[in-house]
Amino acid sequence: MTNSLLFDFTVDKAKKTVYITREFDADLSLVWDAFTKADLLDQWLPPKPFTAKTKYQDFKVGGKRFYAMVSPEGQERWIIQEYTSITPKTNFKMYNAFADKDENPEPTGSEWDHTFSEQDGKTKVSIAIYNESLARMEKMIEMGFTEGFKASMNNLENLLATLSGK
Amino acid sequence: MRRDIFQAIADPTRRAIITLIALQAMTPNAIADNFHITRQAVSKHLRILTECELVKQEYKGREIYYQLEIDKMKEIDKWIEQFRKIWETRFNQLDKVLSTLKKQKK
Repeated sequence: MTNSLLFDFTVDKAKKTVYITREFDADLSLVWDAFTKADLLDQWLPPKPFTAKTKYQDFKVGGKRFYAMVSPEGQERWIIQEYTSITPKTNFKMYNAFADKDENPEPTGSEWDHTFSEQDGKTKVSIAIYNESLARMEKMIEMGFTEGFKASMNNLENLLATLSGK
Repeated sequence: MRRDIFQAIADPTRRAIITLIALQAMTPNAIADNFHITRQAVSKHLRILTECELVKQEYKGREIYYQLEIDKMKEIDKWIEQFRKIWETRFNQLDKVLSTLKKQKK
């Protein structure tokens, strides 16, 4: 796997915004699908061993995606996203909030802005995440990081098991 | 009361105070001289920063000096680094999904 793909991550604390830019070795339509189709999002968004399940998705302005991050123990963390703007294969915006299992969102959420562009067969995606509160961002990390950390530990364990078995 | 560290940096004046005392420990009066706000307002910000444990007080004679807790500031960087790692993991997963999709198309 090539590792020369651009990855840029900056946090503007004053603007309460995280900027993420990443290049992908695939054409625009494929990357657009991966970011906008629930069945594909479920495959890459949850850091393993977490999984995601989408209850429903309606990808249109005013439409929503209601999904859960599921822990290996089966614990569900529901998230509701509402699409606020869509320019096909160029840009889409959404409002993201944690919710309970009955689709009641928490009072504060974050605004996500995705921009896509293709050059020489590679697709660049720029994401800006604006958070109403930085404390909420911290919560997002607490959830995500434990998952990600466990995942890398598991991968390491598997690798070590394979190596020692040979 | 123990406060959230992000409350400390959420306010522009508090960020300015942090920048100021990062250079050297200062008294409340010296800090206030740098801002067009009341002494009371500066005291309030210093109290919040102290409660967040981002600054600590040091007594020199009759004067109180406010000093930045560098280690506490590092916590914020550590936290950002964790967030970056999550996205790195995600995007590596997405690379795999994309490469599978590309194969399916062929």
